[in-house]
Amino acid sequence: MKAGTKFIIGGALVLATVGYLMATGIKETGVYYLTPSELATRVQNDRSFYNVGVKMGARVVKGSISRDVATQTITFRATDGQNSWPVTYRGLAPDTFTDEVDVVVEGRLQPDGVFHATTLLAKCGSRYEAAPART
Amino acid sequence: MTDLGNIALWIALLIGVYGSVVGFLAGRSGRAELALSAERSVYVVWGLLAIASAALMRALLAHDFTIEYVAAYTSRNLPVFYTWSAFYAGQKGSLLFWAIVLASFSAIAMLVNRGKNRELMPYVAVVLLVTITFFIAVMVFASNPFERLGFTPPDGRGLNPQLQNPGMVIHPPMLYLGYISIAVPFAFAIAALASGKLDTAWLAAIRRWTIMSWLFLSVGIVLGMWWAYVELGWGGYWAWDPVENASLMPWLAMTAFLHSVMIQEKRGMLKKWNIGLIIGAFLLSIFGTFLTRSGVISSVHSFAQSNVGWFFLIFLVLAGLSAFTLLSYRWPQLAAESTLESMVSREAAFLFNNLIFVVITFSVFWGTVFPVLSEWVRGTKVTVGPPFFNLVNIPLGLLLLLLTGIGPLVAWRKASTANLRRQFIWPVAGMVLTGAALALLRMSDAWAIVAYALAVFVTVTVAQEFVRGTAARHRQYHEAWPLAVVRLVGRNRRRYGGYVVHLGMVMLFVGFAGLAFKKEMEVTLKPGQTAEIRSPYGHVYRVTHQGVSQYEQLNRFVTAASLDVYRDGKYVGVMKSEKRQHMDSMGQPTFEPSTVVAIRSDVREDLYVVFAGSVQGTEEAVYRLTINPLVWWVWYGGLVLAIGGLISMWPTGRGPKIVARRRALEAGYVARVGA
Repeated sequence: MKAGTKFIIGGALVLATVGYLMATGIKETGVYYLTPSELATRVQNDRSFYNVGVKMGARVVKGSISRDVATQTITFRATDGQNSWPVTYRGLAPDTFTDEVDVVVEGRLQPDGVFHATTLLAKCGSRYEAAPART
Repeated sequence: MTDLGNIALWIALLIGVYGSVVGFLAGRSGRAELALSAERSVYVVWGLLAIASAALMRALLAHDFTIEYVAAYTSRNLPVFYTWSAFYAGQKGSLLFWAIVLASFSAIAMLVNRGKNRELMPYVAVVLLVTITFFIAVMVFASNPFERLGFTPPDGRGLNPQLQNPGMVIHPPMLYLGYISIAVPFAFAIAALASGKLDTAWLAAIRRWTIMSWLFLSVGIVLGMWWAYVELGWGGYWAWDPVENASLMPWLAMTAFLHSVMIQEKRGMLKKWNIGLIIGAFLLSIFGTFLTRSGVISSVHSFAQSNVGWFFLIFLVLAGLSAFTLLSYRWPQLAAESTLESMVSREAAFLFNNLIFVVITFSVFWGTVFPVLSEWVRGTKVTVGPPFFNLVNIPLGLLLLLLTGIGPLVAWRKASTANLRRQFIWPVAGMVLTGAALALLRMSDAWAIVAYALAVFVTVTVAQEFVRGTAARHRQYHEAWPLAVVRLVGRNRRRYGGYVVHLGMVMLFVGFAGLAFKKEMEVTLKPGQTAEIRSPYGHVYRVTHQGVSQYEQLNRFVTAASLDVYRDGKYVGVMKSEKRQHMDSMGQPTFEPSTVVAIRSDVREDLYVVFAGSVQGTEEAVYRLTINPLVWWVWYGGLVLAIGGLISMWPTGRGPKIVARRRALEAGYVARVGA
């Protein structure tokens, strides 16, 4: 067999392996990214969607944040303007986490209707720019 | 001055268009005076952009808040040191920064090649001028740094505190320099295609440029990691964030190119592939700029969303289409001069190396754009995170590490059994021993064992090369050992510089593998209370909370919490982590509070302390304690990498005597080989 052919076979093997890894990687680690409304529609149509790990992008409802220092638990409501879900998160919130910031929470919506977040990211709409002057 | 800057941009735009047209005509007709005019246009555009940059710099330093950009990114109480970084901290300024840097690189390329590569240079000028003109057009039509506010605010909004960090002053320019300098090799590749002068002249002209862009990208990426580690406070340095990925992809493509180009030089193979890689690297660098500016993919690092991103997308598509059309037009003229003779050869090792680099690039690309793709195809956004990238890239990365050891040692064309035995007996022995020892010590992570075994394998191959090379000089020329080492490296800079880069890579892998043993805990402590955390080596860190203090400092209000740290019962010092609330010059809080972490670093592990806040204003504090093993190796690996890169690209002497001697040697070589 010519070396070129051998290389093509070897290359194809590498590609197939990587393709397989990528496909399983996306299947196993891919996470739905939903808005609160999309999440509401999903659980309405499919009860089993409770307990599926999702990411939810939403905004923190003003005045809804409460922190329990003893258990290091933070609860707040996350909204997209139409629907909102109560979120509970145990751990340290990022510096940028305050009222009305955009957050991305990753976790599961439990059947009790509370979103249990395992990660909490606060997005400053434009992180490296000052907040627009508040009037 | 502001008007001057604005006018300079407009004239630069016109000259840029003029130069592009003239350069194209020069390329088609071969008329020297047209070529000269195109080259001079490059210098003029550079001069005009320099004027515009000086105008913006002056406005920043003079606190001219009538300019929107100045008001948005600086304030009166911003330290001067950081006022300079405001030049590129925002969208508009960074566009000007791109343009002036690209113009400077272009001018240098013109200057260096003023008497050379006559067929190529008109087209090189065209490609560079078109790119510069594109950036100027984006500025004057969509995002002008000299835009006026119409009123004068008393003070600016100031610079984001997270950018007020020394790492941030050098990291973005480095990355930009890397991104931008890829344009020069790209221009030469396109010029070779356009002019049909497809011999190795264009490769020779860009050899040092490619190493330089690679070096800037590498340093930029490592500095970015360092910044994220010390500034963002989440305890890591790489999160597979889209913007990080955007910097990694061109780096991967450039690294692949630096290797595959050697095959073209030695064996005349891979010509299409090499041009494709350069085009790919350039497109990826523009793609990265598009990603960070469009808001298409959400990232913690992005600039504000704006329509500027779409300009970049259009440019990206047009540049890609024209480049690949040209490539397909010249396809038949780019046939390989020789074929692969054996799977056990350096060519084969390099081919696999390239395959893996490209596959990694693709997987990173795929994971980065997957949210957008899945939304198009299935209507739902699906995101992938670090688990995906790690799953795919850990095995691929380790395979690359293996090839790092094999590639440089295996013979060209076809390796004999004797060659293999001579080169690999010690490295393989080292690898097997390390792997076995770590397995016996019950290291808990299989990938880490593989990584460390391979690290030893590569290190031994490199050490062997140095020892054999030095010994040969010692024997042959009777040079003292130290002199022999210096001469060995000095006479073969690309090769031995490359080995040093490989060593740096090994150190980086050692650091990456250390992540498998990271430990983290959160504690709430009253003053005087203690907590303990055990490192993977079995050391015990005991920390005692000292209390919380508050004070004002420069442009910020600081809340600091301190810990007394003992390691294995021995006092090692105080670690202080801060929360900073930045203030404007009226004493009003600006931005969100930011955290300053405390890090105690040594060769083995870092203790990383984050003060997460005090409990309801009391001195009771919440801390996150992290043990990050082997992070030191990442930073110093980056340093070694950079030194290796510098060695590779350091110019060799050009004195007439040396050149004459080299010519004679080359003539002799050609005569011998009969080429």
